[in-house]
Amino acid sequence: MSYSKRDEDSGRIGYHHYFDKTTVLQEARVFNESPINARKCRALLTKILYLISQGETFGTTEATELFFSVTKLFQSKDSALRQMVYLVIKELSIVAEDVIMVTSSLMKDMQPTSEVMYRANAIRVLRKITDASMLQGLERFLKAAIVDKNAKVSSAALVSSYHLYGVAREVVKRWANEAQEAINAKPQSAVSAATSYVTSFGNVPQTYSAVSNSNIVQYHALGLLYAIRQKDRMAVSKLVQNYAAKSGLSGSILRSPFAQCLLVRYACKVMEEDPSSTRAVYELLEGWLRHKSEMVNLEAAKAICEMKDATVKELFPAVTTLQNFLSSGKPSIKFAAIRALNKLAMTQPAAVAPCNIDMENMITDQNRSISTFAITTLLKTGNEASVERLMKQISGFMSEITDESKVLVVEAVGSLCIKFPAKHHVMLSFLSGALRDDGGYDFKRAVVEAIFNFVKYIPESKEAALSHLCEIIEDCEYSKLSVKILHLLGVEGPKCPQPTKYIRYIYNRVILENAVVRGAAVSALAKFGVNVEDESVKQSVKVLLNRCLDDADDEVRDRVTMYLNIMKSNDERGYVKDDSTYALAYLERQLLNYVSNPELADTPFDLSAVPKVSRQEEQESRGPQEQAGAIQTLGGNISPPHSGGVSNGAGARPALSTTPSLDQQAVYAQKLAEVPEFASYGPLFKSTSKPIELTESETEYVVTCVKHVFAHHVVFQFNIKNTLNDRVLEDVNVLMTPDNDESSLVERVLIPAPQLVYDVPGVAYVAFERTVLEEYPELTFMNELKFIDKDCDPQTGEPDEKGFEGDYQIEEVSLAIADFVLPSYIPSFNKAWEELGSEHEVVETLALTTSPGLQDACRDLIALLGMQALENSGTIQGSNVHTMILSGIFIGGIRVLARCRMTFDSATGVTLQLAIRSANEEVSQILIGAIA
Amino acid sequence: MGSIFSRILGRLWGDKEVRILILGLDGAGKTTILYRLQVGEVVTTIPTIGFNVETVQYKNIKFQVWDLGGQTSIRPYWRCYYANTDAVIYVVDSVDRDRVSTAKEELMAMLEEEELKDAALLVFANKQDMAGAMTAAEVSDALGLSTLMNRQWSIYKTSAVKGEGLTEGLDWLINIMQK
Repeated sequence: MSYSKRDEDSGRIGYHHYFDKTTVLQEARVFNESPINARKCRALLTKILYLISQGETFGTTEATELFFSVTKLFQSKDSALRQMVYLVIKELSIVAEDVIMVTSSLMKDMQPTSEVMYRANAIRVLRKITDASMLQGLERFLKAAIVDKNAKVSSAALVSSYHLYGVAREVVKRWANEAQEAINAKPQSAVSAATSYVTSFGNVPQTYSAVSNSNIVQYHALGLLYAIRQKDRMAVSKLVQNYAAKSGLSGSILRSPFAQCLLVRYACKVMEEDPSSTRAVYELLEGWLRHKSEMVNLEAAKAICEMKDATVKELFPAVTTLQNFLSSGKPSIKFAAIRALNKLAMTQPAAVAPCNIDMENMITDQNRSISTFAITTLLKTGNEASVERLMKQISGFMSEITDESKVLVVEAVGSLCIKFPAKHHVMLSFLSGALRDDGGYDFKRAVVEAIFNFVKYIPESKEAALSHLCEIIEDCEYSKLSVKILHLLGVEGPKCPQPTKYIRYIYNRVILENAVVRGAAVSALAKFGVNVEDESVKQSVKVLLNRCLDDADDEVRDRVTMYLNIMKSNDERGYVKDDSTYALAYLERQLLNYVSNPELADTPFDLSAVPKVSRQEEQESRGPQEQAGAIQTLGGNISPPHSGGVSNGAGARPALSTTPSLDQQAVYAQKLAEVPEFASYGPLFKSTSKPIELTESETEYVVTCVKHVFAHHVVFQFNIKNTLNDRVLEDVNVLMTPDNDESSLVERVLIPAPQLVYDVPGVAYVAFERTVLEEYPELTFMNELKFIDKDCDPQTGEPDEKGFEGDYQIEEVSLAIADFVLPSYIPSFNKAWEELGSEHEVVETLALTTSPGLQDACRDLIALLGMQALENSGTIQGSNVHTMILSGIFIGGIRVLARCRMTFDSATGVTLQLAIRSANEEVSQILIGAIA
Repeated sequence: MGSIFSRILGRLWGDKEVRILILGLDGAGKTTILYRLQVGEVVTTIPTIGFNVETVQYKNIKFQVWDLGGQTSIRPYWRCYYANTDAVIYVVDSVDRDRVSTAKEELMAMLEEEELKDAALLVFANKQDMAGAMTAAEVSDALGLSTLMNRQWSIYKTSAVKGEGLTEGLDWLINIMQK
């Protein structure tokens, strides 16, 4: 290699100059020569791999031709060449066609008579080129390879099986016994110690490499076993129990620390899916903290830290373990430990506080990643007094750390603002200082988001924060960020005492920036024009906007024209002030359903069936997660009710109270989709927002019910909880008896809860079909639980063999018209009302004798109709006359509006004139029927 | 005498191996023939998905023998391996009278190929050990071998399981090659 000398100077890129795809493809003729020059071919194969690794792509024809030339190299017995052939085929198999042509050759190579190197590699290539239809033929060989004594062969077969599981579930399922055997096999003696495979894993701690390298087989085998069983909760739990229990004895079956780590993760999954196992799993995890491998200790400590609702006492052993690791000599261990502590500090700063001294020492750690984590953790665990000192220390090395770490720091500081609002000056100036540093988009975005948090949560910092933001856009290289900031200025600026000072900054953007930013700036300006009361400001904004009318960009011009017209016509409701948006979770689900259902492809997507919510509601609905997220990154001591005091005046607070119904519904929809019996029911239309309680909360069995309405079906979901610790219920069914046998509702599916142990809720379903689509049955069901009742030992939960049949009466559930109506927000009721017209209007005058007052009447009406009250008309304004306007979507996507005019007279009660309009007269009638 | 012979051969062939393709419909016995030639034993085979390639040493000559799968789905790929081929061994199942016409079509299509215009053709009428097998002459007729122009060809009756006829065929090949 004459150029090898020059390589040293020019590095890898220089090497690349000497060949490209075209020359390599031309040189590929060498593969067809006879006899084969193994050295030459190997060099060329290396070049191909190099090109692929550099991101070079081969077209299908190119790759296929290349592949067929490469297959000719199978005639050579040179094992080094063969190794390269395997690697290249693996890469080419992704693009090339007809790769099955090497099947026979590979099957020959994987036979026990071949060299080990051939066998393991051949198996790995084989899984790349094979498909489900051919797997049957390979099954026998792969099964044999899994239990092969050689670790390399066995590992290769196990990893391949793992990948094949996605391709041919049913076939691979049958290999569970072999996988088990592979785990239990005795380790080979040190013969295979030099296996290149294990050494490629790198940092196997010294102490373990001495035991036996072949233990890696256990890791792969365990992974495969889990893959096969993961759908079966009981089986996974058994798997964990089985191997965890055995590991307690002196000669643990799982010798591989990698396998132990996997087991830790599976144990956590068990806990996640079955909360009743928390206790048992925690004990296992605690045991793993004392395992001889650091890897396993770390994994277990991390798992404990991530447990939901863990108490400080439960966290203690894990934190102690991590604390010990903080003084470890190995940077990787140190890093892992501090990272875990950092994460824990977000939710449980008190638990991490004991490590403060150790972390203080780490601030000066040479490894910047470690020191960054140490500081950000300290920010979360420390008190108000230490904040300033820490901030100074961070500023010292901000320029030395990577963008990713900077993001971490910025997020930590941003979250501090909620914890210590009094310090917002220090933090804001730190953040704006950070912005002057160099940094990529992610970093800058993190800073801007952090400042947004100030605006949102700390009203007293709002003006200062907004001015900082104004400065940022003066010199911001990222259009996306400018747009974001301009939007915020548009929303918040008009509310400030001096809106005019922001207008200057915004208008500067119109002059200086690119079209995207100009568009955003124009929109922001228009918000000032609409929302600021001061007429002179309105006039000025008009002047500014007029100047933009000859902007070079179409979009900007269009926006300006639109805004000017809106301002002229004073019809601001529709656009600038329109604060409605689609219920996004619902919309997403509908779209997914639409895309995945080919039958719908011919019809356009029906947007009118998607309920609308106001922007405020939308934010509230996202609030819980977003806020939880914000708070998590911020890392205050978060038990929501208390932190409310910290961010006094943050309007979004109440949102924490309930998960909004539509998001809840998305959760239900997902759960129902997992039940195969309901698969054909189509998309979920509506679920009851709050579960209906069918028992008192302190009875033996606590039952709640949720109604799910589908296009043709109604599913009742019964959540049942057993509150007796000496009883186990099995095969729990709900017997529903309708009060009217004549109805068109026919029971279709009955899914019992298989077992109810103490304090773990179970679910039973009863599904009905509406056999006559035009009928919307109103029924009341008598409900009774039927089950097999068994005594059990309160301590172990072990049930007796014998049980007796039992039943339990619960409250009634009724199905009403409201269940077929989805509340939906619209921005302008009057407009929509006019649009629908009186063609299908139904009006009726009713006396509501049962309602003692107007407010109760409103509440009852909303409940009966299942619609949404608009423009705050759901609350009466104190007089004896009230008009409530309602909007909703009837099943099938029909928009329904209702106007309820009510008068109250103490003698006669409430008199109601109810007018309902919809596109379909029948629907209007049905809804009237719901009241009368 | 033998040593002189091999030296002459050595000069003729150099290090170059004789490249041979074994082709034919599925189940004709190609893989069995390959391993009978290589290890001298009857091995259990499964339908070849792709190809097998082995080096066979016979009378001091190295044959590089490619056995390509005969299933309908694999036949289109035969052509990928035609280049530099010295000889084609075409194996026919002498018992399978129903498909002998298909065998003929595939054979004729193959011989049309430019890359194979200089390759010798050796036909094995295989499975002679079974009852009701066609004779070599019958197979030759069925394949229309007599109509071949500008092609050196020969046909032998063989039984791969018994090992009969294979060496005779190879002897013929060596003989042809030396001319």
